[in-house]
Amino acid sequence: MEAALPLQRSRFTARRLVHALLILAALAFLAVFLLLPLAAVFVEALRKGLGTYVAAVVHPEAIAAIKLTLLVAAIAVPLNTVFGVAAAWAMTRFDFRGKAVLGAIIDLPFSVSPVVSGLIYVLLFGAQGWFGPWLQEHDIKLIFAVPGLVLATIFVTLPFVARELIPLMQSQGSDEEEAARVLGASGWQIFFRVTLPNIRWALLYGVLLCNARAMGEFGAVSVVSGHIRGLTNTLPLHVEILYNDYNYAGAFAVASLLAFLALVTLGLKTFLEWRYGTELAARAGRGH
Amino acid sequence: MSMSLRQTLLGSLLWLGAIGAQAADVSLLNVSYDPTRELYKDINAAFAEQYKKDKGDSVTVNASHGGSGKQARSVIDGLEADVVTLALAYDIDAIAEKGLVAADWQKRLPHNSTPYTSTIVFLVRKGNPKGIKDWNDLIKPGVEVITPNPKTSGGARWNYLAAWGYALRQPGGNDAKAKEFVAALFKNVPVLDTGARGSTTTFVQRGIGDVLLAWENEALLARQELGKDEFEIVAPSISILAEPPIALVDKVADKHGTRAVAEAYLKFLYTPAAQDIAGKHYYRPYDEKAAAKYASVFPKVNTFTIDAEFGGWKKAQATHFADGGVFDQLNVGK
Amino acid sequence: MARRVLPGFGLSLGFVLTWLGLIVLLPLAALALKASGIGFGGLWTMVTTPAVLAALKLSFGAAVLSAVINAIAGLLVAWVLVRYSFPGRRFFDALVDLPFALPTAVAGIALTALYAPKGWIGALLAPLGIKVAFTPLGVLIAMVFVGFPFVVRTLQPVLESLDRDIEEAATSLGASRWQTFTRVLFPLLLPALLTGFALALARAVGEYGSVIFIAGNIPMKSEILPLVIVKQLEQFKYADAAAVGIVMLALSFLLLLAISLLQRWSRRWAER
Repeated sequence: MEAALPLQRSRFTARRLVHALLILAALAFLAVFLLLPLAAVFVEALRKGLGTYVAAVVHPEAIAAIKLTLLVAAIAVPLNTVFGVAAAWAMTRFDFRGKAVLGAIIDLPFSVSPVVSGLIYVLLFGAQGWFGPWLQEHDIKLIFAVPGLVLATIFVTLPFVARELIPLMQSQGSDEEEAARVLGASGWQIFFRVTLPNIRWALLYGVLLCNARAMGEFGAVSVVSGHIRGLTNTLPLHVEILYNDYNYAGAFAVASLLAFLALVTLGLKTFLEWRYGTELAARAGRGH
Repeated sequence: MSMSLRQTLLGSLLWLGAIGAQAADVSLLNVSYDPTRELYKDINAAFAEQYKKDKGDSVTVNASHGGSGKQARSVIDGLEADVVTLALAYDIDAIAEKGLVAADWQKRLPHNSTPYTSTIVFLVRKGNPKGIKDWNDLIKPGVEVITPNPKTSGGARWNYLAAWGYALRQPGGNDAKAKEFVAALFKNVPVLDTGARGSTTTFVQRGIGDVLLAWENEALLARQELGKDEFEIVAPSISILAEPPIALVDKVADKHGTRAVAEAYLKFLYTPAAQDIAGKHYYRPYDEKAAAKYASVFPKVNTFTIDAEFGGWKKAQATHFADGGVFDQLNVGK
Repeated sequence: MARRVLPGFGLSLGFVLTWLGLIVLLPLAALALKASGIGFGGLWTMVTTPAVLAALKLSFGAAVLSAVINAIAGLLVAWVLVRYSFPGRRFFDALVDLPFALPTAVAGIALTALYAPKGWIGALLAPLGIKVAFTPLGVLIAMVFVGFPFVVRTLQPVLESLDRDIEEAATSLGASRWQTFTRVLFPLLLPALLTGFALALARAVGEYGSVIFIAGNIPMKSEILPLVIVKQLEQFKYADAAAVGIVMLALSFLLLLAISLLQRWSRRWAER
């Protein structure tokens, strides 16, 4: 016993050293690849002082872009949330032919270049596209108007909620829902009383990610926007405009607004996890 | 959940309504290219004031800016522009090909439908450390040239053609020599941004390169905005006359019932008031009074036109910038 | 498992199929039809031009490399975030999602500002003769940035749910920490790691906004495939643009398929 103690201690300190090294390596990577770009955004934004920052953010065109961005997200995110829940329900609660293909199609938007994901809607609804002439005849504007922005955003953010829910619901299994069924619960009762409480954290997380990406999407939206100042420019497009106006500080100020929004939602998520963390852990434990 | 969903939906409907209401008064959409933002901000305001005085109607001119080719594509695909003011005639020709603009558009307004012109000049760093005076200095080893990509930027096509035209006019110049010259020039290009403003940023903000090939108006503006003491403008011995044209989009204007206003807007660009604004924003005005007023701003440059030198845009585009064309045969970068 | 005991099969699947059909499949069908306009021969001639081939190589090569870097760094970061506690852990955890949230163009501009010769990092690397911005290395950096969250976020839940009993059992049986990791933990993590790898790869191949600012865009050297599409569009050649888009999509899809097969195999391996 007495002889073993120093050995154990040295093994203990060696392990502490490995831990410290791993943590340092991970933090170094995060700092260089994530923290520095974020810091660069805020430093550039404040380069010309707080006055320029505020002026850029409260400019009428910036306000219009903020409103439009929130509007687009407010339509796209709920729709994709409903889609994600339905997809996860179908994929994890039933067996059917072609499930693997369906799974692949749900992921497809991740592998489509943003350049293409705008173009496809132009090919469908543009004046030269499949439905273009019909839409023009009936004076319906999809492309270069709010509906086009919403469509492109929905496409780009489509997989997020489903991606979060499917693995979780797979691992949780359907025992609880089946028990509720046996006890005579209706479909919606099962969903709202059993499933939803079980998946709400993953759902919340999926919605937050979906929302962050919806507000930040640039490439696809740029193709279908038309870039009309004060009317069809979302926040990321407004950033590009300011940047191209040689108003670098203003561009980064508006960009920092987006980064700030993202940090707030992520902070909110972290807070909720921390606040209800024990409950979450209990649930996860029960799931196994 | 469902409650907040309903609220957001209601909220979004309200927004849609608000956007609809904003567009209700008489409005024009001018779809333009990147460097004209500042110019049209002033012109649109001046036009609205003038129109109110003349006709008593209030008119709002909305502006959309982007790469010239991308903007032309948007109009073709249904962006309802009443007028287009783009970087080169080729892009308006593409719109005309789809029947949105009358085929003879370039003859409808004075000076080939270009109310103002520009040319291609060099922007160099303070003191011109590499001693760049003319085009032939650009192919010297160790000189880094910044220009956007001619395949994606209208401005870059003017740059390329200006260099080509210079080489043609040298003693013993011919197409083969010109190709050699342009190839040597692009060998000195380390970065090809997709647009003119991207190149300016690379040169000015990132500190890359010894010389920026740019529209004269861009070079003057960049110097004004980003550092009068840090950059100098060098005018080459000869350059191209850059003619950014304008046109009424017949089909859209007729659909909107805005033909009269849109025509008035385009004609307004030729009035002394608008010509003065053009000069103020570093575009070379045609109007004599405005030209005299801003003469000191613009360096003396001899110019040639694309029609005389290259037989028009269609031919130049097919020879130089189409897939497999001369530009694709060059070996860009080191 | 008893299937179809639960209700809602028709409703959920019907909704999913309709939504996917309208939002994903119909537009992609339009793309495919447009691409067919240049014919198979036309497609082959275009894809085999040296500049397009070089762009193809750069886009896929850099994307694979970035996914490998992300797989290694992501595993490390996920491990550290789940297993160790240290000050600021929650902050760094939240930071992982930043690339999802920051607009791609902003990310591109910020990265270019950092890595340009005058930038914070670029200025440090310049004396060493390392150029990042406006070279293929810059493309790689931007791709690592956009793909990073995928690996961490797919690994984290699996790491959290892993039973520590297995590790303790392995240790008590005399396995070293490293043996425990490579022989016991790694096989369990592999399926999730591969998923993260595949998603990061798919995202990196198509990325435009953040790459375009830092790439340099020199044909044959630092030109990415999405830029080839943009160049076709600039010539008003929609069919050619669509064709390149379809080629990219097909290649990504094949890669994803190969990875999912690999994943199935690795899962079987883990269960064995």
